[in-house]
Amino acid sequence: MNEATPIQNPTAEQPLSPWQLFWRRLKRRRIAMAGGMILIGLYLVALFAGFIAPYHFERQDRDRFFHPLLWPKLSGFHLVVPRYEAGDGSFVYHPVAGDTKPLRFFLRGDKYKLLGLVPATVHLFGTGDENYPVYLLGTDQFGRDVLSRLLYGSQISLSIGIIGILLSFTFGMMIGGISGYFGGRTDTVIMRLCELIMSIPALYLIISLRATFPPGMSSAQVYAMIVIILSFIGWASMARVIRGMTLSLREQQFVLAARALGQTHLKVIMRHILPNTFSYVIVAATLSVPYYILGEVVLSFLGVGIQEPNASWGNMLTAAQNTEYLRNYPWLLAPGAAIFVTVLAFNFLGDGLRDAADTKS
Amino acid sequence: MWSYLFKRLLHMIPLLLGVSLLTFLLMALAPGDYFTALSQNPQISSETIAHLKARFHLDQPWYVQYFYWLKSVLSGDFGYSMAYKIPATSLIVGRLWNTFLLSFFAMIIAWGIALPLGIWAAVKKDSWIDRGCSLAAFLGLSVPDVLLSLLALWFAAATGWFPVGGAQSPLNDLMSPAQQFWDRAHHLILPALVLAAADWAGIMRQMRSNLLDTLRAEYVTAARARGLGEGWVIYKHALRNAINPLLTIFGYSLAALLSGAFIVENIMAWPGLGRLTMEAFFAKDSYLVVDCVVMATGLLVVGNFIADLLLAWSDPRIRLNK
Repeated sequence: MNEATPIQNPTAEQPLSPWQLFWRRLKRRRIAMAGGMILIGLYLVALFAGFIAPYHFERQDRDRFFHPLLWPKLSGFHLVVPRYEAGDGSFVYHPVAGDTKPLRFFLRGDKYKLLGLVPATVHLFGTGDENYPVYLLGTDQFGRDVLSRLLYGSQISLSIGIIGILLSFTFGMMIGGISGYFGGRTDTVIMRLCELIMSIPALYLIISLRATFPPGMSSAQVYAMIVIILSFIGWASMARVIRGMTLSLREQQFVLAARALGQTHLKVIMRHILPNTFSYVIVAATLSVPYYILGEVVLSFLGVGIQEPNASWGNMLTAAQNTEYLRNYPWLLAPGAAIFVTVLAFNFLGDGLRDAADTKS
Repeated sequence: MWSYLFKRLLHMIPLLLGVSLLTFLLMALAPGDYFTALSQNPQISSETIAHLKARFHLDQPWYVQYFYWLKSVLSGDFGYSMAYKIPATSLIVGRLWNTFLLSFFAMIIAWGIALPLGIWAAVKKDSWIDRGCSLAAFLGLSVPDVLLSLLALWFAAATGWFPVGGAQSPLNDLMSPAQQFWDRAHHLILPALVLAAADWAGIMRQMRSNLLDTLRAEYVTAARARGLGEGWVIYKHALRNAINPLLTIFGYSLAALLSGAFIVENIMAWPGLGRLTMEAFFAKDSYLVVDCVVMATGLLVVGNFIADLLLAWSDPRIRLNK
């Protein structure tokens, strides 16, 4: 027993799986990783929007319409919030010298639901005094905190992209797989339908679809409506590409083998053909999310999407359409910057994913 | 060549019919019509409304309405706008022209910037020029049309160099032809620039990668080996082949352009098809919405047809095959 030599580890390394290779290539692309990090940050912030936002998105400060950015200042070792007083008439505010209040963290404030479920009142920061508000991004035409609305709005704008993509790509993959696999008349009919949808300029089709929904819907219904409209348009291009890939995949031997083993058509499509398109689908999905986010933005901006007083990045920008507001209160454009950063991050990530998935280079 | 073009042309007819049918169906599914609001008005008797409805065939099922609509469209009449109280044809032709003008100039600007930049970036691959162009293209791809239009509005309002919205000044009718032309051009510059700024990035990236692919081809190496000048190799040999695939993205670019124009028109008050669509949508002028959608699709389809024409003209393989 004591003679036994310890077993050596095998010297040959375990070959890496395609996904591990993919991940290794992706990690080398710093810009893509940066895009991914930004997105993780954005979605985390959206998840905890109620906690991070100092106020509720509907809270109006009737003494401070169009208040400019109000940041805490460093006084000794404390952050203090100066008090501003309204000047005469047009929304001009002056700081009151020496009148400050310390900035507090984890204090109680407006009610909200953490993760949309747990009722909570603790906020990340604030002063706890209505006369000493903190408006990091100013207030809008109703005296509402732009930052808080931006954070609550991100919940809608960011989630619509993901849900829309999931819905339309699942649908597009199924339809495309069926179309390419069976071919013949099914294929012709489905492809003509795709061409029809793709030949209408997207926004014109979106507005026509919007017309079919009744006015006066609840906010949850409006949300569902936007997802449905955007998915209705999005599945077509996906289905076309998947159909093309399926056409070549169905001639492969492993498909024949699966058929010979007696698997049903549906199972062959779902288990053997579609998984082979995943690397393309993931790249395409990442690069398409911005279009869904922008779709919501445009609909809400034009006044036919998310309605006031609910906040979305689109309907917050509606106020900026007024050139008088825009000139004097440029912080109303903050949601535009948020959209830009989000879309940029998705493009960075998507581009990196595409390069990493491209095994030829 | 001719049979190929004829085939493509023939292909457009069922497409446009399908689009009009689909939009008509959607409009039929829409709750209420233009007269729903009118019927609330105590000044208007229900007989008048019934009479008006009958005049516009709104009392019929939607497929009957569709045939009435199709019949009049085929004779060149787009019906009567219920909300504007003028024939829709004159309304649409003017708006279509505006959208065409906006998209056309935006396209010229975008391609005019994208092609030279793409060539430059490819020729100077991995230099700071290339990196700068890539970064600019990334920013251009990511900046939303909505934000860009709002920034342009802000710019116009802050500097006063450009008019804030609209296609012409209110006094346009009183001006001399030269002044009228300048007035229209002055209004066009900013929206066209905004639209082009959203469009050039994709074309530039495509141009760059096409030229890079072509520069790797063996005939380019052969041309260099024969001692041809670098300029001659790039512009006489590589570029001609690199431009060809770009014609195919012309169609995609046009679709994006029309959707972009929709946003720019609505924010910058450019009286084009997109703005008319929104106005008709809010007024529940359903025939007008259908007209607009069909017209916008027509614009896109014709643009694609022109792209096919160019492709057939530049690539003999396409001409001879079909």
